[in-house]
Amino acid sequence: MKKSGRKLIMDAKGVDRVISRITHEILEKNKGAEDIALVGICSGGVPLSRIIQKKIQSIEGVEVPAGYVDITLYRDDLSRAGYQPRLKRTEIPFSIDNKKVVLVDDVLFTGRTIRAAMDALIDFGRPMNIQLAVLIDRGHRELPIRADYVGRNVPTARNETIEAVVEGKPGEWKVMLKESTPGKGE
Amino acid sequence: MIRMDWRRKHVLGLADFSTEEIEFVVDTARSMEEVLTRDIKKVPALRGKTVVNLFFEASTRTRTSFEIAGKRLSADVVNFTSTSSSVAKGETLLDTARNIDAMKPNIIVMRHPASGASHFLSRHVSCSVINAGDGSNEHPTQGLLDLFSILKAKGKIKGLKISIIGDILHSRVVRSNLHSLGRMGADLWLCGPSTLLPREMARSGANLTNDIREAVRDADVVMMLRIQLERQKTAYFPSIREYSRTYGLNRGIFSLAKKDAVIMHPGPINRGVELSDELADSAQSIILNQVETGVAIRMALLYLLAGGHNAAH
Amino acid sequence: MLLIEGGRVIDPGSGKDEIGSVVIAEGKIMDILPGAGAPGKFEGRVIDAGGKWVLPGLIDMHVHLRDPGYEWKEDIRSGTAAAASGGFSSVVCMANTNPVNDHPEVTRYIREKAASQGTANVFPVAAVTRGMEGKEMTDFAELYEAGAVAFSDDGKPIRNPLLLRRALEYARAFDFLILEHAEEHELSEGGAANEGWTAFRLGIPGIPHAAEEIAIARDILLARQTGGRIHIQHISTKMGVDLLRMAKRAGLRVTGETAPHYFTLTDAAIEGYNTNAKMNPPLRGEEDRMAVLEGIVDGTIDAIASDHAPHDVYTKRCEFVGASNGIIGLETALPLSMALLAGGKVSPARLADLFSAAPARILGLKGKGFLRRGADADVTIVDPDAEWEFRESDVRSKSQNSPFFGWKMKGRAVAVLCRGRITHSLLHGVPPDV
Repeated sequence: MKKSGRKLIMDAKGVDRVISRITHEILEKNKGAEDIALVGICSGGVPLSRIIQKKIQSIEGVEVPAGYVDITLYRDDLSRAGYQPRLKRTEIPFSIDNKKVVLVDDVLFTGRTIRAAMDALIDFGRPMNIQLAVLIDRGHRELPIRADYVGRNVPTARNETIEAVVEGKPGEWKVMLKESTPGKGE
Repeated sequence: MIRMDWRRKHVLGLADFSTEEIEFVVDTARSMEEVLTRDIKKVPALRGKTVVNLFFEASTRTRTSFEIAGKRLSADVVNFTSTSSSVAKGETLLDTARNIDAMKPNIIVMRHPASGASHFLSRHVSCSVINAGDGSNEHPTQGLLDLFSILKAKGKIKGLKISIIGDILHSRVVRSNLHSLGRMGADLWLCGPSTLLPREMARSGANLTNDIREAVRDADVVMMLRIQLERQKTAYFPSIREYSRTYGLNRGIFSLAKKDAVIMHPGPINRGVELSDELADSAQSIILNQVETGVAIRMALLYLLAGGHNAAH
Repeated sequence: MLLIEGGRVIDPGSGKDEIGSVVIAEGKIMDILPGAGAPGKFEGRVIDAGGKWVLPGLIDMHVHLRDPGYEWKEDIRSGTAAAASGGFSSVVCMANTNPVNDHPEVTRYIREKAASQGTANVFPVAAVTRGMEGKEMTDFAELYEAGAVAFSDDGKPIRNPLLLRRALEYARAFDFLILEHAEEHELSEGGAANEGWTAFRLGIPGIPHAAEEIAIARDILLARQTGGRIHIQHISTKMGVDLLRMAKRAGLRVTGETAPHYFTLTDAAIEGYNTNAKMNPPLRGEEDRMAVLEGIVDGTIDAIASDHAPHDVYTKRCEFVGASNGIIGLETALPLSMALLAGGKVSPARLADLFSAAPARILGLKGKGFLRRGADADVTIVDPDAEWEFRESDVRSKSQNSPFFGWKMKGRAVAVLCRGRITHSLLHGVPPDV
């Protein structure tokens, strides 16, 4: 790995294929789109959840409900933050009771974000089950969290970061691996 | 999207708040409002943190608002009121402050009858201080919630004619609102009897008038203030009756305002004195919205001050 | 025997302002010789005053020594030590002690304690009314015999004009002087700072100008009505100065003083709720500050007095409206007043008059306020060029409530003699007499 280097892990076509595969896996495991609800985790999981929603629509002809959750108020590392993190929005305009909620995030790392997201979801209602779909799993879990659907496993060093772009022109989607600058958290 | 890092340790007044900071608080309050729409109106953001309400003046509504705000964030909220406390035994503010500080709260919310009391407190405790009203100086959380309430009702502040009517002289609400609304570009009007409308206020950029009709005419927002009988030794006006007839808001006067004007009041209302029953309960009154907004604003401030061990200190 | 050699001897009373040497023996001024240089054979201590001013011992005619009753704030020993450090050989102390100085026993206590422990002459002022309650006159004549030099309820105004009238009339027979703290209490009540933009911005209840102006007008007119004498203390307002000017032009027997903070600071100093800028009357606006300066320059104001008001930290370290009123001033009065010399509007002789001859004249202090053969050897030696910074560690008072810490000063009293004893000295080789 080059010092301060950036490496392209997945190009636009690769990203699209991977998301399609994840979507198929979700539908296969849940035997269709019934009772599925997508909840993207701010901010990286939000555009990804919308893409999955669109793909489900084109495969099954059904629009599953999609919302997003900001986990800032549920983080367990606020005491260690050097500044007060800016809040984003939460919008889950449907009931999650008895739904199969698929949490969506771009990168799975320590698992703390997912834990916070689950805490938030429980406050919204009582889902039938919670599943997890991520584009990239980069390892270094600190909690017993695992994804049900993984785009790709990418082993990384602690000081590296994964940057996933799944917004804007589909031709510009990509996943980059870079060396991290100090101070940037998960 | 507002780009800034919150750097303030205390919220003592709005006098030196930048417009960016005001917008940041309002934006944070929007997220808090969403929490208040859920079934479970609680998030763990301030879990394990302690908020002390130190109230040297009677105030059920503000204190309760802060208490609810703290609890919604999972903080431990402790109430310390002067009648039941050591202050009644003659303990000084400094000693009371030090005693509470020794118990290591994260935030002290204080209301005190002396102007500058919260500035004083902030210099003598190690935790954060929120001013819930100090004498006739400021009431910053009220200024922020009034601004947010108007934003929600009207979509903007700039260019609105906002009239505040009543005991301007003693009102800390006015002074905080002058900072928040004034800075955001409102066309501010202050109205009251000359004894309660100090000439110095013109220096703040607001328009002054003793004529309620002039204040209400074409106004977008009419804010009525409680006439403070408790504070007056030698009367500032002859009688309640005279005050109510000259400066009370009723349907007749209010018809001079814009058709979609809203009525506000920081509470508690002297029904029939500054505000008629009919108007207080009308559809144009956003008084209860102010109360609701107040919780969100206070949640936002508690969150911004208490989250983060090294936040801005 | 002591010789103060080669200084600029300034005696405002006689108009003398020339290089000279002062010969002192047995607590009195023996002689004042022109020019530098000791007379032939001189046996005794020599103080080289070259480049310094030699003035009559300065008199602070408005000081609170807090003794008896508030000795943790100040006592006669520490207060006179502060006075000496500030260049004063005499202080005039107010009656708002505990017990109030409304009884000859208290007056005698103050005089005796000063004689045994003090490092300055202490002239007590007795209260006009018993307990300073404003209801009944004290025994003026008996208090005067016990050593009171004048009468004042300072700290408080005399609220009842009829009582003030009676006091002025009664005092007239003895030619006693009443010093009045001019404040119309009904207007000032509840106020903590000058009613103006700064107090307004800080939400602090204001004390209007009219509170002082009305009281001064009342006091002047009662002096006129009764033919009595009155002295207006700590004038802070422009109109107050104007009224005093008018009274003097009308030939009334009215004198007036101000304190250095009223021509040095304005109410801007209370910014940040600074309780060390809180006093009564309060610091006023710039227009008033300029008018007080003008009043000094044109002679309307007769004397400068510090209104030294020591307070412990406890009563100042609190919310502004609850803080006690007053600042210490003995150790900064002279250096702050040296600023008056800038531009030549006030001469060194006039400055000396404001601090020595005038207070002595107003209060009838015999043997004080002038440098001439036979006078008491009260001498203040000033280095007009000394540049120094006022720090907490310099303070001899027990209290430290001053807004002037960190200020760069020019001019300082470098030695003080009180009845021939050196009570203060910064001069090399000239230690104070213990």
